[in-house]
This record gives sequence, C-alpha cells and structure tokens, in this order.
Amino acid sequence: MEKKGDELFAVLKTVDDPELPAVSVYDLGMIHDLKVERNIVSISMVPTFAGCPALDIIEKDVRKAIEQIDWVQECHVAFSFQHEWTTDAITDTGKRNLKKHGIAPPPDHYIPGEQWTVNCPYCDSEYTSMENVFGPTACRSILYCMECRNPFEAMKPVIRTGARQKSG
Amino acid sequence: MTDNVGSAEEAKQNPVYLAALKDLIYQMADDEFIVAFRGSEWLGLAPHIEEDVAFSSITQNTMGHANMYFGLLEELGEGETDILAHDRSADERKNAVFLEKRNGDGNYLEEPYYDWALVVVRQYFYEELKRVKLDALTRSSYVPLANIGQKVLMEQTYHLAHWKLWMEQLQHANEEARSRIQERIEEAWNAFGDAFELGPKASDIVTFQLIASEEFMQKQWLKEVEAVLVSPPAGIPQKRLGNGRNQGHTADLDQAIRTFAEVYSSDKEAVW
Repeated sequence: MEKKGDELFAVLKTVDDPELPAVSVYDLGMIHDLKVERNIVSISMVPTFAGCPALDIIEKDVRKAIEQIDWVQECHVAFSFQHEWTTDAITDTGKRNLKKHGIAPPPDHYIPGEQWTVNCPYCDSEYTSMENVFGPTACRSILYCMECRNPFEAMKPVIRTGARQKSG
Repeated sequence: MTDNVGSAEEAKQNPVYLAALKDLIYQMADDEFIVAFRGSEWLGLAPHIEEDVAFSSITQNTMGHANMYFGLLEELGEGETDILAHDRSADERKNAVFLEKRNGDGNYLEEPYYDWALVVVRQYFYEELKRVKLDALTRSSYVPLANIGQKVLMEQTYHLAHWKLWMEQLQHANEEARSRIQERIEEAWNAFGDAFELGPKASDIVTFQLIASEEFMQKQWLKEVEAVLVSPPAGIPQKRLGNGRNQGHTADLDQAIRTFAEVYSSDKEAVW
C-alpha cells in the first residue's frame, strides 16, 4: 500500500491547476485523502474557491492521470466540504512555483477583512500596491510593483474565520 | 438541544426535521441564485473596468455558493441542481423579494438604464445579512450545512468588504452621490423586511437549531448596518413588496426567470 501511495502522490504532483500551469493540485493543498482498494483508487479533494469553474476540469484531469497508472483500474474523485481549503495548505514547492508564474504566494500574516500586502514575486520588493483585490480568477488579486514596475498577481489569503470577526 | 445530524440519510429519518431543513436551504439557495443573476446582468456595465472584474468575480463566486446549497438539496432528494435552479416557477421560489428587483429600466441587451446606487445598497444589505446568517450556520445542527457555512464565510469576507467600501465612499462623496444613495437606502428599507424571515417553518427551523432566530439575525444586521449608514431610516425594514419567504413575488421575478432560463427551456434534454 505504501508503495502504491507513493506512486499516486508522485502522479498527483504532476497534475497542474488548469488556471495555474506549473502548480500542481497536490502543492495547492487540494488532496485530502487517498484510498486504495485492490486496483480501485478513491481520492477525496478539497475545493479551493466554491465558485471556481475549474473544479470540474481538475476532477477530470486527476482521474485521467491516475488511470494512466498500469495497475489502476478505476479512479473516483470527489470534492468534500468536510475539510476547508485554506491558503495555509499550499506547500513550499507550491509557493516557489507560483512565483515562477508571476504570482505571489499569499501573505503569512492576514486578518480576515483587513488589508494585506505581499512582496513582488519578481524582485521581492515590499514597495507594492493593491490594484484590485479581485483578479482574473476568484483566488487571485491584481497588484503593482513600484520598484520593478511590473504588474503582478497574488493568491488571495483565505483562512478559517472565527464567528464575530471583524468584517472589513 | 438538538443532536447533530451528520448526513442527508440521517436527516431523512425525521420528516419534521427534513421539511424544516429543506425549507431553509431553499431560502439560502434562492437568495444566492437571484442575487448572482442580477449581479451578472451588470457584466460589462459597471462604472469602471476594475469594478467590472471585481463585481463579476463576486457574482461568479456567489453563483458557486448557490450551487453548493442546491447540491445539498440534491442530496436530500429534491432533484438535480440544474432543474432546481432553472425549472421552478416564481411561486415555488423563496428568495427575499427585494433581491429580485430589476436593476433599472431597459434590459441587458438594449438600453440598460441600470442604477449603480440601487445595486450598491442591495449588495451591501445582502452581504451584511449573509455574514450574519453564515455565522449562525457554522453552528447549525445539520453538519453538511455547517461545513458549507464555514467554507462560504471564509470567501464572503472579501465580498462584504467590497460593498461596504462602496457604501462608505458614496455616502461621503458629492451631493449627488449622497442623495442618490440615500434615496435607494430608503427604498430598500421599505422592502428588505422579508429577508430576515425564515418562512412558514420558522419555528421548527429555530427549534432544530438549523440557524439562529429571525429576531437575533435582524438585530445583528441592524447593529452592523446602522454603524455604516450616515442617516439610517427609522424603525426596522418593511415588507412593502410582499414576502418572498411565503413564495409571494413581483413580476420582476418572472422577468428574471424568463431571461436566465431561456437557453435551458429551449431544450431541456440537452447535455451540457
């Protein structure tokens, strides 16, 4: 089982988010659980943003990639809301690959509802400005670097919100 | 104290619980869906391009939230999401009535004389209420609903912050902005009253601890909104357009359904 598990994870590290080429669904922290019963694989995934239209594509891509493995006969992929995805689940590899794509990883310290800032993914300058919290996809924001004069994007921080939190 | 109910199968064991639960989820789903539809009509028409990106992103995500609630109904045996969203007539829908109001005169395809003040006030009122309801849902006795509440709450923070900022800025802008916003606040105040209600099964909904009481949620909402409004109208919001929770709607909802279900109705058997 352990060997099969390693093999499955190795494949999942190659399935990229269709809207973030070079960042795998594994590194985005979307894999919650794997189950293997003989040659049938069941994968429980955690959706990123609820309104993300890429979820269906991701489901299909994961299933197809896993079914490429010789011993796998069937693969079932299901999204579960039992566990919430937060941006803390992004791995260090994921953060590095986001930067390569011109997208800054989410800030480490974030209070829901408050303004946040990130360094430029190109030159690492702190001198950046928020152009639009809402970007081309639900999970991204648009920023500008005053130092190297590049527009860039950042992953919106999403963390668990306690009740009665400051709302903005 | 109601014991937590962990799954759709478990919920189906108690018909009274099931009926109350379904009623509440229909209200949540129908609110989200119609707000997202009215929002989608603004695509390409927002005051500036950054706002267009922001509003359409919020709208897309809100449609995703509607989809999650419809998904819960599907699990509870109510049929497929697409049918629940597109193939129910106005008198089967439970959304709050002010949410269905047209964005203005004209229509999306020709001469859309939409009003930005109307939409800023409506979205802001709605997002403040959504926040209060989500807070309460995280403690719901129906665990799948509580999970969704927590998930949506994490994302909705951004939506609420966006509309709150518009409200604050327009109320402190020039005289024209101030008076147009104030006019829309008074108008919304006259018709937003049913949004706090939980419909004919309200007492079961509260007894089973599916969500907090109408009074509690209205009080929380008033506290938040009155802190942001420069001149809050007196009293509590009224129900002058009717009560959507009792499936009483205006002609605007028929117009919305005709529009969003046009493609679906043209071939109900089509596979997408």
